[in-house]
Amino acid sequence: MSMNKAQLIAWLGKLNEVYADKKEYLTELDAAIGDADHGINMNRGFGKVAEKLPTVEEKDIGTILKTVGMTLMSSVGGASGPLYGTFWMKGGMLMGGKEELNSEDFAKVIEAGVEGILQRGRPNLGDKTMYDLWAPVLEVIKEKAGNGDDVLAIVDAALPVGEKALADTIPLQAKKGRASYLGERSIGHQDPGATSSFYMLETLKEVLS
Amino acid sequence: MKKLINDVENVVKEQLEGMALAHPELKVNYEPYYVVRQDAPVKGKVAIVSGGGSGHEPMHGGFVGKGMLDGACPGEVFTSPTPDQMYECAKAVDSGEGVLFMVKNYTGDVMNFEAAAELVASEGVKVQNILIDDDVAVKDSLYTAGRRGVGTTVLAEKIVGAAAEAGYDLEKCSDLCRKVNQYGRSFGVALTSCIVPAAGKPTFDLGEDEVEMGIGIHGEPGIERMPLKSVDEMTQYAAEQIIDDPAYRRTVREWNGSEWEDKELTDEPFAKGDNVIAFVNSMGGTPVSELYAVYRKLDEVCKAKGINIVRNLVGPYITSLEMQGFSITLLKVDDEMLKFWDAPAQTPGYVR
Repeated sequence: MSMNKAQLIAWLGKLNEVYADKKEYLTELDAAIGDADHGINMNRGFGKVAEKLPTVEEKDIGTILKTVGMTLMSSVGGASGPLYGTFWMKGGMLMGGKEELNSEDFAKVIEAGVEGILQRGRPNLGDKTMYDLWAPVLEVIKEKAGNGDDVLAIVDAALPVGEKALADTIPLQAKKGRASYLGERSIGHQDPGATSSFYMLETLKEVLS
Repeated sequence: MKKLINDVENVVKEQLEGMALAHPELKVNYEPYYVVRQDAPVKGKVAIVSGGGSGHEPMHGGFVGKGMLDGACPGEVFTSPTPDQMYECAKAVDSGEGVLFMVKNYTGDVMNFEAAAELVASEGVKVQNILIDDDVAVKDSLYTAGRRGVGTTVLAEKIVGAAAEAGYDLEKCSDLCRKVNQYGRSFGVALTSCIVPAAGKPTFDLGEDEVEMGIGIHGEPGIERMPLKSVDEMTQYAAEQIIDDPAYRRTVREWNGSEWEDKELTDEPFAKGDNVIAFVNSMGGTPVSELYAVYRKLDEVCKAKGINIVRNLVGPYITSLEMQGFSITLLKVDDEMLKFWDAPAQTPGYVR
């Protein structure tokens, strides 16, 4: 099964609801080790994305993804604005003219997105950032796509890996972002950026199921 | 939460609207947000643009005006502005001589300003990003995002702003800004947390008898929590963190006109006989009278260490909303910096 445009639009629209719902939780995670705005920022960003969706739902998938990237970049701010903005934009740059994403396309979108996060933020594994979630998740996605699994099966396989990666951020000491200033006090808290990234996967599964 | 707010969603917008009304010498743009001098772009002059989250009053909007900034990009409260703001602002103030982005070292600010510099450069505008990273509470950059940009930002905006006004070109402004940053060091202390409007409650809980040492400017907790001490003890602690701070080396990324280049920079420690500007800043909730109590002790510590305070600045210039507390910045100065420090400036938040 590929992922069609209606599902992509549904995913993005649903993310707006998810971040509205998780606004306080993400902000609490951020208050523990950052500056208490991650939930607020994600909520604002995807609120803007939801406003934009009707203007691009007839366009190709590349345009939709790039619009999401630009919208997040220009409305989120903080570190997550350029990171998520680049994530969606890089995927969009590869998908010009596409009306649906097969499993190979899907893997390419995520891979380009994660490369974008690497270019912009230069994280290393174990720095306690969203990259600690995306690195292992990308591996599974590439592997499953290589086997020819459909998109739902890929996401199904990626979720438990993401869940574990998310829990694995808890004992880490942050080395990037504002959390890094807390030194050892950042240990014992789940990373907010990895958490908001995990919701993307979780929501995609709901939409595809 | 008790604050002078109508609607949490519109905090920054309504404050900018009020600022525009109170200061007709400024021009405020709303989509996207930025503040520029009414007379920008100033012919033949390098444009100095700064930016960062809102809530650090009066910067940066309050420092826009003759002798300081050409433009400022306010983000949401404690959230860095976005690349489109910086891009539009740079285009509005560039006279052809180029734009210097003064960036405080926070992951979000750095990434957004980098994206903006790429955009601005792609249109043929000369641009440079210079980082301010002066917070000695952060000990190294190997295990953190590096030192935060705090009080030295204010002094750099004044000094480099005056240099630009005096006709320095982009390269000389950038060199001077780098030098001010390398000669400036800061340390902050919090007695209370602040309340981010959108969060609606204090960012951290601090006991009646506790203080946070080594805070930044975003309501984030510091590096260490301590039992409350006298103002003399707290001041001495903060001043010694700054004066006794050893050499600090790190790699910064600067734009070379076509790509990002890593640069190794080392800041030398203070030495006996250094002339400094001493800046005692309120985090927002501490009255100026209490800052003078800090200054009193700071003067004593500096004298004991052979550091000469040749100029000073005392007041709320880089706040963290209504947080009670203070920060100290010492900037080693030479004749070039002093000349520009003493030059006239006409802005809402700083007049000389």
